[in-house]
Amino acid sequence: MPRVLLIEDDPSVREGVELGLRRRGHEVLAAGTGEAGLGSLKTFLPDLVLLDLMLPGMNGVQVCRRIRETSQLPIIMLTARGDDFDVVVGLEAGADDYIVKPARTEVIEARIRAVLRRLADPAAARPGPEFHGELALDRAGLTAAKNGERLPLAPSELKLLLHLAASPEQVFSRQQLLESVWEHSYHGDARLVDACVRRLRQKLGDTSGPDAGPRYIQTVRGFGYRFGPL
Amino acid sequence: MRLPVRRALRLGLRTRLIAAFLLVAAVSAVTTAALTYQSARSAILQQTQDQAVEQFREQIANQHFGLPPSTAALKDVSQALARAGKPRPWIVFAEYGSLRASSTMRPTSTVITDDLRSQTHANTHASFQRVVQDGTPYLTIGMPVMFDQYGHQQRSGVYLYAVMDLRPEGVTIQAMVSAAKNGALPALAVAVVPALLAARSVLRPVRDLRRAASSMGKGRLDTRIEVKGSDELADLAWTFNESAEELERSVEELQKAEARARRFASDVSHELRTPLAGMLAVTEVLDEDADGLDPDTARAVRLISAETGKLATLVEDLMEISRFDAKAAELNADEVDVAETIRKTLQGRHWEDRVVTRLPDGVRAMIDPRRFDIVVANLVGNALRHGSEPVTVRLCPSSGGGPLVVEVADSGPGIDAAVLPHIFDRFFKADAARTRSAGSGLGLAITMENVRLHGGTVSAANGLDGGAVFRVELPTGLLAAAPAQAAR
Repeated sequence: MPRVLLIEDDPSVREGVELGLRRRGHEVLAAGTGEAGLGSLKTFLPDLVLLDLMLPGMNGVQVCRRIRETSQLPIIMLTARGDDFDVVVGLEAGADDYIVKPARTEVIEARIRAVLRRLADPAAARPGPEFHGELALDRAGLTAAKNGERLPLAPSELKLLLHLAASPEQVFSRQQLLESVWEHSYHGDARLVDACVRRLRQKLGDTSGPDAGPRYIQTVRGFGYRFGPL
Repeated sequence: MRLPVRRALRLGLRTRLIAAFLLVAAVSAVTTAALTYQSARSAILQQTQDQAVEQFREQIANQHFGLPPSTAALKDVSQALARAGKPRPWIVFAEYGSLRASSTMRPTSTVITDDLRSQTHANTHASFQRVVQDGTPYLTIGMPVMFDQYGHQQRSGVYLYAVMDLRPEGVTIQAMVSAAKNGALPALAVAVVPALLAARSVLRPVRDLRRAASSMGKGRLDTRIEVKGSDELADLAWTFNESAEELERSVEELQKAEARARRFASDVSHELRTPLAGMLAVTEVLDEDADGLDPDTARAVRLISAETGKLATLVEDLMEISRFDAKAAELNADEVDVAETIRKTLQGRHWEDRVVTRLPDGVRAMIDPRRFDIVVANLVGNALRHGSEPVTVRLCPSSGGGPLVVEVADSGPGIDAAVLPHIFDRFFKADAARTRSAGSGLGLAITMENVRLHGGTVSAANGLDGGAVFRVELPTGLLAAAPAQAAR
């Protein structure tokens, strides 16, 4: 069962979520501040961080950035709907997904599982990497490399890249990507996809050049995104 | 159609003001001219006449008559009198019995009337008469020659008549008439200028007032009029300003009160959410362990768990409404296949078997999928709860720039006509006895806000076969924004 680090300042939410997840078999460490949470990363070694955005002192977005500096640990933000701006900033800072409070434990757990789930069955994946231009994608080892250099991709970024690259030149709508990569309902928040694409392009060095748009993750106006053609 | 009418009225006011001004000017000019003419004319004629009569009498008194006179003597006297005529020469006719003489070649006059003759014969003093012959005015004076006998004035039987041409006086009077005429017309023309100025000075405040009132009507409550002078119009402007200020103040107070009420609702929901987040996370624990508790405790625990869920939904809906009220709701539009979006909404709630769909493929629109999902889910959920199955969802693609239409119809008894106008009100309950339904009571209100955010409309009506029909119309103009949105 995954080890979850919960960073939440409100005691009742902290206790409720901790209790709910623990009942479902998760190992949970709850921290009341961002500083405390960061401090316990090294000792607790969580598989995933549940991060409240509104924290006293160091806020959630800052904590998220700090974690991303050193690790690609899955991060799910806890937010109140209406903190729309915070959601966007949090996604830009590298969060993989977000949950709107209040939420039932089953919802929280479903999101945790979705973020942690490997995209494809590793057993079914071909051994060895597949090559797309300068990119080498290893579906079994869940790694991506560019020019032989391993790319530090967060789970959502890696999953999105693998999903798009599995069907090169096929256009996926944002809603379809939300369903298959994030396992959200069809009517999820398309900003998740857009923010993830931006982060992914940055890490791939795939920003639009002077002559053409991005090479790997291409925007198809009015429809969505596709991988290639290279 | 309202503007031309108003314009016509304004022109009417100006025209009427100028017309009234000109009328007054014309009446005064004509009256003054007429009175002046009248008195000047009579003064001139009177003076000429008095002078002539006086002169005639004096001159006659200075003549010596031998009685009975001969025609030659009468002619001499006439000529002598004619020469001495003042202020202008006149023609003198003399009569004695049947003798006739004059200062000219013709012994008799055609101008002297019998009327004057009989007067002259009857009176001892001078008689006169104004006569117009062939367009020429004449003054005729008749005078009997008297002589003194033992202190008594006796008629001599000689009658003298003077005929004076009044044409020079006529010319003078005619000159006065033309002068009056020539003066009146420029005077009227000159009167137009003050008339225009007066009309302007009256109309400008009226126009300002109209403009200000219309500006207020458009919601700019800080509109004020510049108050100039201290006349009635200035009073009106001042009153207008004061009323506007009063209105602005009350509206501001109302808005403040409303904003306070809304913020309060928003704050309450916010504050409720945090404890709810903790409670909702542990409802599962309660549900799972309830079986092991004694029956009463189990029921209580299950009740708390169920109501916590409802409370969370209610608070979420309240938060959503608060965001619309605070205008903080954002449209995250994406171009989607509308039929697929509706099908996913029905699938997600396991309604596919209970709803009949008429969804043509290939209809794409720029909508916020999350909000559109709420709209469809609320309308279908409402139809399933309050109407009866089958519930039909119809998608009518826009044609020729028209709106995209989605209709949700049920087969229930329809909606009471008295209830229809309030169906989208918050917490509106069609049935007063039913205090709480499965929904929060905000579903249709949130639906309406979401449709409005898309720039569309939603309406409720009863179908031909009795069921309620909710109709959502979304503008397709949003599609134009597709490239910009998708490029993000």
